[in-house]
Parts: sequence; structure tokens; C-alpha cells
Amino acid sequence: MLGDMQKSRKQQGKKTTYRYHITALLLAVMMLLLSGCGRQKSDVITITNVSYDPTREFYEAYNKMFIQHYEAETGKKVEVIQSHGGSGMQARSVVEGCNADVVTLALAHDISLIEDTGLINEGWMDQFPDQSAPYTSTIVFLVRKGNERNIKDWDDLIQPGVEVITPDPKSSGGACWNFLAALSYAKEKGYSEAEQKKFLKELYANVSVMDSGARGSTTTFVENGKGDVLIAWENEAMTVLKNYPGEYELISPTVSILAQPSVAVVDDNVDFNGTRDVAEAYLSYLYEDDAQRLAAENGYRPSNQEILKEYEDTFDLTMTLWSIDDFGGWDQAYKDYFDDDAWFDEIYNY
Amino acid sequence: MKRRFRKNKKIRVIPGFHLTLGITVTMLSLIVLIPLASVMVYSLKLSLSEFFGLLTKSNVLYAFATSIGCSFLAACINVVFGVILAWTLTRYDFPGKRILDGFIELPFALPTAVAGITLSKMYSDTGVIGKPLAVLGIKAAYTHVGLVIALVFVGIPFVVRSVQPILEKLDGQYEEAAYILGATPSKTFFKVILSEMKPAILTGFGLAFARGVGEYGSVIYISGNSAKEHTQVISYVIMQKLNYIDYASATAIALVMLIISFLILFAVNIIQMKQAQRTNQL
Repeated sequence: MLGDMQKSRKQQGKKTTYRYHITALLLAVMMLLLSGCGRQKSDVITITNVSYDPTREFYEAYNKMFIQHYEAETGKKVEVIQSHGGSGMQARSVVEGCNADVVTLALAHDISLIEDTGLINEGWMDQFPDQSAPYTSTIVFLVRKGNERNIKDWDDLIQPGVEVITPDPKSSGGACWNFLAALSYAKEKGYSEAEQKKFLKELYANVSVMDSGARGSTTTFVENGKGDVLIAWENEAMTVLKNYPGEYELISPTVSILAQPSVAVVDDNVDFNGTRDVAEAYLSYLYEDDAQRLAAENGYRPSNQEILKEYEDTFDLTMTLWSIDDFGGWDQAYKDYFDDDAWFDEIYNY
Repeated sequence: MKRRFRKNKKIRVIPGFHLTLGITVTMLSLIVLIPLASVMVYSLKLSLSEFFGLLTKSNVLYAFATSIGCSFLAACINVVFGVILAWTLTRYDFPGKRILDGFIELPFALPTAVAGITLSKMYSDTGVIGKPLAVLGIKAAYTHVGLVIALVFVGIPFVVRSVQPILEKLDGQYEEAAYILGATPSKTFFKVILSEMKPAILTGFGLAFARGVGEYGSVIYISGNSAKEHTQVISYVIMQKLNYIDYASATAIALVMLIISFLILFAVNIIQMKQAQRTNQL
């Protein structure tokens, strides 16, 4: 008996140490995560670029290009810390105190949210050319090799039995573009308001998995093999084509929307960090020819029209692209379509 | 002398009651009470009619039903398998037992999102486990089945770790006595051992259930979040509200969730107390 008790006590002692180890490990991981928003002191100027998910590959290449360019121009060394995540979530992290020098997010509305807190000055949209959108994209379809369902355009998506994968506009800012792209098609066709809603209702009834973000949807479609068609950003679709050659096809619908991922300097933070010059140079260099070509190679449409023409084999330039201004800007679009009890709640209510 | 002692402080071997109580209260306030109070304050920004309007929306109601239903089911499954696991780990010796014992806690240590992504890949129609299931006509990922699987995953350590110490301490003499007095093995298990384990099982059940109701990371990838199929969980609805910087609605739903979790744990405690009273009377 006594021996047993001692043994069990010994075992329990061991178990507590296990738990200590695990707690220590968790703490270490948390510290690491938190330090993503910090910075170190050295003679190298450090700026933080808070961006959204699919730009990871592009900014990795662009940062190298910019660092070289800036050192050649001014002799100063720069280091860029990248942060990626869902666009809305990233905007919130800046609002809640992440020390970002520049933000490069999926839609102007997310930057407006930061502007509302006073961190970014009014008029940021005119600070850089083309409404501060150095590259654009659009919404396309990605289907599996062979395109068994014969999907060509938006109305093919509402056929019964077609499984559509698209993220939830209620939780992902980027997914709002998908909704508006579908709506652009309905409007282009001259549907009445009731017909537009009916079309969208049928479309979203075919959505089998609604992930909380664009990357999640891509994973569901590509890795988990779910669904017949993925409604995706053109650049994201191109990345998939590149990574899985011969397995997928990109279908450009006749009508879509001009998605303008916007960029801005976070005025309050750069003034505090003393990094305004670098931050502004960082964003204006995005408009230089080299950077524009780099964007094109990463699947983004350059805002420089001449360079865009160089890539007309890559991008389908015949698509009719509506813009957010056709919907009265983001504030209006959110009020009309995405806020509580607006269109999306109406058509997606079960 | 005796009276004076009782009136004044009790003499202890290790002093420091006030100090430790102070630390306890401060920690509790900083980590639990103040954040929870702020949830209350935030949600009070809604008027009563807005509050009830929000809570009676069909998607919110369905989300509550999904979260509570799936967590309950998962907690029940966890009780059955958790007890078997704990039994195996305490009663038998076999090679690799230590490692197996360590694995139990992995769901605690693993980031839940990693678990969610892995589970959804495994259980999707093309996944390793999902494929044979699909042949049998069972769709696991992106249905309630997948949700329950994810919740079983995050909840199992709670049951095992609650039951294990009790089983370890359980005196073998009880079993022997029962057996000598003529009880069958199954009767011994159900009448003697199980009744000893009951409070621990209840604790494990309550913890796993409450955890499941609030779970986000692991379920979000496997649930499919479809309002049509009612696979949105309540924490997902909260995230939707947060993404629209609608803190008031988010905290209002969170408040209700908090109350539900509290009630679950409270109910478990009451049952346990009753149980303890009965045992003492015997």
C-alpha cells in the first residue's frame, strides 16, 4: 500500500513537470507571436508592412527589390517586416495598436476603418496615383481540369447541383468583392432588383463550404478537394495554377469587378517612428516600371496601362469590369449589401 | 487559552494567508473578473429590444443550437472513451504507455487551428479517413459529424485528466471485497468503481462541454460555416460581428455564451455536491 502511494505521488510529480513544460512552451510561442508587432533597435531603418493573405509572395520579392533600390538611392539600409492575415483582421490589429508603418490591404474600406480612428489622415486615397491602388485584380473562377460542369460564366454557377466555394462576406472583406462581382453580372444583364436578389440567392444556395477567408476557401477547394468551382481572386487563382500545373483551369467570366487593393501610410505611426520618408518611398516605388512588372508576374494587374498591355497574354483584358464606384463606394455598398439585414442577410437566410 | 486561539488567528505551519489571498484576488480580477465585466459593459451598449432582436435572429439561434448540441454530443462521447482511456492508462502496463500518456495532452498544446486544418483535410471526401467514410455514405467534413469530431478532439484531455487521478488512488481492496462478496465483474465495475469515478467524470464532462461551446479554431475549418446547413457555430457568429467592428453585438452574444457556460459548470457542481452528500450519508 505504502509503496503504491509513494509511486503514485512520484508519478504525479512527473506529471506536474510535464505540465510546466507545456505551459512554458505555450508562453514562448505567445511571446514569439506578439513580437511580430515589435521592432528592434539598430542602425538599419525598419518598417512594418501590414498586408493581407495572398500578397505574401509578391511582397517577399518586392521587399528585396525595394531594399536594393533604396540603398542605391540614399545609402540607407532598410529592413521590412511583413505581416499577413485576413484583411479585416489585419486592419483591426492596426486599430488595436500594431505599429504598422504602411498598410497594403484588400479593399479601401478596411483602410477607411483605420482612418476613422485617426491613425491615417483623411485624403489618403489621393496620396498615391490611381486611388492609391498600385495594382488591381479581379474575380475569376477556378475549376478542376476538364471543367466537367462546363462552367463558362456566372449563370452556370446557379445550375442545380453545382458546388460553389467562396468565402463569407460577413467575415472576410475580400469576399465582398466576390459578391459584388456576381452582382455586377446581374446588373450588366439588366436584371431587375428582384431578379438580382433571386440570382444571388440561387448562387449562394449552391455554396457548400463558406470559409472565413479567401485563403481558407482556396485550401478547401485545392487541398481538401471540395466543390466544383472556386470563386477566387485572379492572382490567387494564378498562384494555384502555378503550384499545381495541369490540375486546374482558370475561367474568366464575361463580367466581373475591378478589385482595387489599396495602400496607405499610417501617419500617426510613421511620425512616431520617424519613418515617414522610407514609408512613402516604399509605397511610391510600387508604381515604378520594375515593381509593376513584378506585380504582373505575381498575378496582379499593373495599374500602369502600358505595362498591363505587355501582359495581355496573361490577363483577359476583354472582361467587362465594374468598379466599386458603380456601387456608390464602399460605405454605400456595405450599407446596401453587407450590414445587418441588408441584401446578404436577406438572400442568405435559412 | 483554547478560546483565545479560536477567536484569533489559527496558527499555521506556513504563514501567509493574507498575502496569498491578496495575490489570488488580484490575479482573478486582472485575468478573469475585469475582462468579463467589460464584456458586460460593452454589451450594455445595445438597448433591450436590440439585444433580443439580435439573439432571436434565426442564424444566431441556429448557431447556439449547433454549438450546444454538438458540444453535448461530443462531451458524451468523450466521457465514454475518456474513461476507457484513463482505465487503460492506469490499470495496465504495456510498452509505450508513457508516450501514450503524453499524447493525451497534445490537444491542449497544439494550436487549435492546426488541428482544425488537419482534421478537415483528413475527413474531407478525398482525405485519408474521409474517403472510406464517403464510400459508406457518411460525409464527415463540413457537416455536423465533422464538428463533433473536432470537439471530441479538443475535449478528450479534460475527461481523461479528471478521471485518471481518481482511478490511480482507488483502493484495490474495494474491488477485491466486492468480488469476494460475490459481485460479478460488471457489477463490480458499475456499482463500485463507476460510482467512485462519478464526480470526476462529471467534472470532465462539464469542462469538455463548456470548452466545446466556446471553441473556435478547431471547428472553423471543418464546419464549413454554412448557414443553410446550420453548421455555423456561435463563436463564428461572434467573429462575423467583430469583423464588422460591431463590438456591441459581438459582446452581447458572448455574454449569453458566458452565462450558458457558467450554468453548465454550475449545474455540474450542484450534481457533484448532491453526489458527495449521498456518499457521506452512506
